[in-house]
Amino acid sequence: MRAVIRLAVASAVLLAIYGLQFGVEAGFTEYVQRIILLAGINVILAVGLNLINGTTGQFSIGHAGFMAVGAYGAAFVGVQLARPVHAALGSGPFADALIFNLALLAGALFAGISGLIVGMPSLRLRGDYLAVVTLGFGEIIRILFNNASFLGSATGYSGNDPSGLPAYTNFFWVFAWATAIVLLIHNLTFSQTGRSLTAIREDEIAAEAMATPTTRLKVTAFAISAATAGIAGGLFAHMQAGVRPEDFRFERSIDMVVMIIVGGLGSISGAILGGIFVAVSLELMRDLQQYRLVLYALLLIVIMIVRPEGLLGTRELHQLLRRKSPKPAPRKTEGA
Amino acid sequence: MSLLELHAVDKIFGGLHAVRAVSFQVEKGAIFGLIGPNGAGKTTLFNLITGVYTPEHGRISFAGKNIAGLKPALIAERGIARTFQNIRVFRTMTVAENVMVAGHHLHKASIAAAMLRTRSYERDEQALAKRAQELLEILGLAELAGEVAGSLPYGSQRRLEIARGLMLSPELLLLDEPAAGMNSQEARTLNEQIRFLRDQLGLTVILVEHNMAVVMNVCETIHVVDHGETIAEGSPAEIKVHPKVLAAYLGEEQPADEASS
Repeated sequence: MRAVIRLAVASAVLLAIYGLQFGVEAGFTEYVQRIILLAGINVILAVGLNLINGTTGQFSIGHAGFMAVGAYGAAFVGVQLARPVHAALGSGPFADALIFNLALLAGALFAGISGLIVGMPSLRLRGDYLAVVTLGFGEIIRILFNNASFLGSATGYSGNDPSGLPAYTNFFWVFAWATAIVLLIHNLTFSQTGRSLTAIREDEIAAEAMATPTTRLKVTAFAISAATAGIAGGLFAHMQAGVRPEDFRFERSIDMVVMIIVGGLGSISGAILGGIFVAVSLELMRDLQQYRLVLYALLLIVIMIVRPEGLLGTRELHQLLRRKSPKPAPRKTEGA
Repeated sequence: MSLLELHAVDKIFGGLHAVRAVSFQVEKGAIFGLIGPNGAGKTTLFNLITGVYTPEHGRISFAGKNIAGLKPALIAERGIARTFQNIRVFRTMTVAENVMVAGHHLHKASIAAAMLRTRSYERDEQALAKRAQELLEILGLAELAGEVAGSLPYGSQRRLEIARGLMLSPELLLLDEPAAGMNSQEARTLNEQIRFLRDQLGLTVILVEHNMAVVMNVCETIHVVDHGETIAEGSPAEIKVHPKVLAAYLGEEQPADEASS
């Protein structure tokens, strides 16, 4: 019964996203559509990074590296899968969807494994030290791609077709994946594991004294976070004709950190808002050309002065809304 | 066989011999006091027992097995829970969540099960919440279950740490100055609660405390350390009049009436 209800809800949500896609494609220019897709990808990046930077209180500024692994991994696997799948199922939307999603999952798997490899040695460190190490690993990953000749080195990877990677990414897939990832990360955050991760952030010594396997949980959270960045990378790769190492420079990691700090570290709904904010504000200021980044930085400074805890702080949107609604009067016990 | 046994334990920080050849035994079901002037090495002993520090020499055995050098999480899993002198509750989490954190052994569901909210996950989660509520009731915190832990008064935060420790289903509970910051009414309630833990839950308790009203009232055996070394061990009545203890607390040739206040 439960499974049936869940399946029904999931189908309804997917159907709604599918319906919205027609609206978006009919109502907006290509340019606006692209911003909407970028906003969706940012949401995935921000919610994933928030698990490690916000909930667990560790500081990674190297997530562009994991996004790169996901992007290259998905692009490469997608190209390899295309021929056998098309041979077996013919060409058509169903075959494309299958290739795309398998490729995204493969990208997530690669990114998750690299998250494990990076996380195991570096999560012994804390704070600034961890930040510097993740920054280093992020750059190492980018430079590896820059020199991998079978992935096109510095010119990037665009498959065997001269027209580049197939443009699988559309509104439906971006927001279906974003919805799924937000839901899964939300469930994880509000579970025993999530409580333990928060406990690690609040006081690692006390968490350890309460039998929390701190190292294992931190590495697991890091790998999950890297895997979500991998999905975002795969979606990003199939939005344009190819992936280039320079798409995953240090600035992209900083963008991700900005998203979650603007939204409020530790808040999932904050991460969603922050992801959208970064995508939209950067585009709105495109007319200002070279002053764009100056204004953007100023905007961030203003937000941090006015609301240093971010738009939502550590709370979730629904918690804030509940607080606004009138509280039920405390029950009074009748005195005899 | 004693539940906890320290044998000639040494801990050295650089040039400071923080603990020197300390040995004691705590029998199952005892309420054991560990006292001494500030800086005597009491908290260091707790940190050695719970694995925060590894002793340079000596043996620490719990239920017959050596635990010196094990990681804190493993020692906690084996059944030693503790509270902290400088309160370490998880400040942004609610009171109930604080307690639930220590319930790993009751929560077997995997991370994937948590993400998918499977039935077995929800069963574990409910069992955990129920257990947490029971423990909060024992410590008189049930009404505060939904409050943010950091907003509680000190006394309540200290009791919350005890409730959290109990969630581990420990055999041995180490309390590091549980009465600090409590008024005399709260301290009296604490005495009752410590006895309740021993009598009703079968716990063994080691207490580090400066509040002599609590120590002398509730402990059966008291071990006194000063400058990292054992200076006395005995019943409260013996300790109250022990010349070395009086000297350590009050200095030589001082009137002795403050030792029992």
